Amino acid sequence: MNVTVNGEPREIGDGATVASVVEMLDVAPGARGVAVAVDGEVVSRGRWAQTELSEGSMLEVVAAIGGG
Amino acid sequence: MSEHSLRIADRELSSRLILGTGGFANHELLAHACRAAEAELCTVALRRLDPAARGSILDVLDEVGVSVLPNTAGCYTARDAVTTAQLAREAFETDWIKLEVIGDDRTLLPDAVELVAAAEELVDDGFTVLPYTTDDPVLARRLEDVGCAAVMPLGSPIGSGMGICNPYNLSIIIERAGVPVILDAGVGTASDAALAMELGCDAVLCASAISRAHDPAAMAHAVRLGVQAGRLAHGAGRIPRRRYAQASTPQEGVPAFDAQGVSQ
Repeated sequence: MNVTVNGEPREIGDGATVASVVEMLDVAPGARGVAVAVDGEVVSRGRWAQTELSEGSMLEVVAAIGGG
Repeated sequence: MSEHSLRIADRELSSRLILGTGGFANHELLAHACRAAEAELCTVALRRLDPAARGSILDVLDEVGVSVLPNTAGCYTARDAVTTAQLAREAFETDWIKLEVIGDDRTLLPDAVELVAAAEELVDDGFTVLPYTTDDPVLARRLEDVGCAAVMPLGSPIGSGMGICNPYNLSIIIERAGVPVILDAGVGTASDAALAMELGCDAVLCASAISRAHDPAAMAHAVRLGVQAGRLAHGAGRIPRRRYAQASTPQEGVPAFDAQGVSQ
């Protein structure tokens, strides 16, 4: 199925979860300062593995950077 | 609580300089500046994850021993700012948020309407909200009324280095605020930070003036001393301004060198 990750179209397997997309981005499982929203709703880290995505899901995967 | 410390919500801070971490050329310069600033709080932002990025800024800040104050920089609507704050709570495990809701990309001035709406929603959601605001005393009061833990008026636009353009408005905000007032944005050099503190600000947030200085660590040191000097001067009580001179040397007993000075 097709989803959008940080503005880029991605094809992922059926039943893929937030955790599998995060892993696809080479984020270490315990990486700090990373958060995810799916369709504008924040998915807490504890729910990444059980949150399945659906066709057309929009994911934003963010990380800490320097900023004022 | 020490008379020198600053209390925001349930937290006591001994440093009155908050360092913005944007604009540093690399993590090493940031670490040096952070130490020189003796800051306890540093702002951080969230952006789309860059898989090529090397090393997390959080590791750098941890090593220096400072806490993070996440911001919502780049948000133009209350809705985006609330979602970003919730992402920040998740990413940084803190419910403190420096709330920024921008209304215009050239001035980066806050959008008052969206700002108050976002502040209210975040306070209701349990956040400790520190909003970046204009130097409008009415807006500052509105933000306090909805439960913000501090107000962060600008001295001048973000990154402009123009200092404090309206010290009169800033003074009114300070006189009337029941929460800490933190000068945010506009500091160009140490004297701007000193002026903010002399006017009675509780703290200063400084980013570009330090990160974009030729020698960021030296400027961090200078701004820290500026904050301390301004704080001391504020407590010491400045003399009133007057249009004419007032001699500091006594007028009595001035020796005379001609007959006009002889007592009759």
